[in-house]
Amino acid sequence: MKAMRWSIPLAIFLVLIAFLYVGLSRDPREVPSPLIGKPAPAFALSQLHDPANTLANTDLKGKVWLLNVWASWCVSCRQEHPLLMQLAASNSVPIYGLDYKDKPDAGRAWLAQNGNPYAASVLDLDGRVGIDYGVYGVPETFLIDKEGVIRYKQIGPLTMESLKEKILPLARELQK
Amino acid sequence: MRGLVVLAMILCIAAPGTGATKMEAPAADAALDLRLKKLETELRCLVCQNQTLADSNAGLADDLRHEVRGLAESGKSDEQIKAYLVARYGDFVLYDPPVKGITWLLWGGPFALLGVGGLLWWTILQRRARRVSPEAFSADPVAEARGRELLEGTDPTR
Repeated sequence: MKAMRWSIPLAIFLVLIAFLYVGLSRDPREVPSPLIGKPAPAFALSQLHDPANTLANTDLKGKVWLLNVWASWCVSCRQEHPLLMQLAASNSVPIYGLDYKDKPDAGRAWLAQNGNPYAASVLDLDGRVGIDYGVYGVPETFLIDKEGVIRYKQIGPLTMESLKEKILPLARELQK
Repeated sequence: MRGLVVLAMILCIAAPGTGATKMEAPAADAALDLRLKKLETELRCLVCQNQTLADSNAGLADDLRHEVRGLAESGKSDEQIKAYLVARYGDFVLYDPPVKGITWLLWGGPFALLGVGGLLWWTILQRRARRVSPEAFSADPVAEARGRELLEGTDPTR
């Protein structure tokens, strides 16, 4: 009975600590996407550098590719941009851009100034495709496999860590 | 003076109301507006996570309100609209998460805690009742007699 007097509060305290430790170490902005493992939503949009031509997700069947959602107005996109340039130079996985709710002129100017890592960028002028992809915090990056299934989603800017530990190993696996 | 200030305040509150009645929408639209208003308070804005879609000023919330209205106008039910958003953003867009495997702790947790608390309370009461049982008092006849005297007001020392 005596032991219960201190063991119960101690147990409650430990449970509380465990919950707080797990809860506070997670990023509330990272909402798990229900799209992982599902076919990438269809799109067919005008290309940023060639508005007369469209690019559809089905055009990319058969290869593993990254869909990077970006915009010239997006501040964190500047942060991840050098990484995208490096990734493009390494030729390990092609990057396609979804220029989200941007003015085409501003988007082109932004790429001219900072470099263009994209095999192609498409224009999502009204953000409808963004909604289909569940985009809520630009930049976001999707890894899509040969069958057109979304395998990974990065919310917020890419980091060296997320590339090296998750995206690139998974891309290599999928490319086999 | 005070009355005048109060009157001015009442007028300030009343004024926008009278303005609104002038540009009343057709009845069907009003019903849709009401339905959307309610639906939007049940959906979360993903940019400013503690606001509903109805309250948020974020660009995405605006787009989603537009999207929800479009879906409603094309004859989709509330459930279909919610399913549409859940398919894209996950259960997190719902302010009322559905009861399923991963959310049982969320829904059942408070009741489980209530149960544990109740059990603890009951055992403590039981233990206390045993400790202050009437036999414990009557074990000492002198003390019992003294207690009775005090209670019945026949205290001879008074």
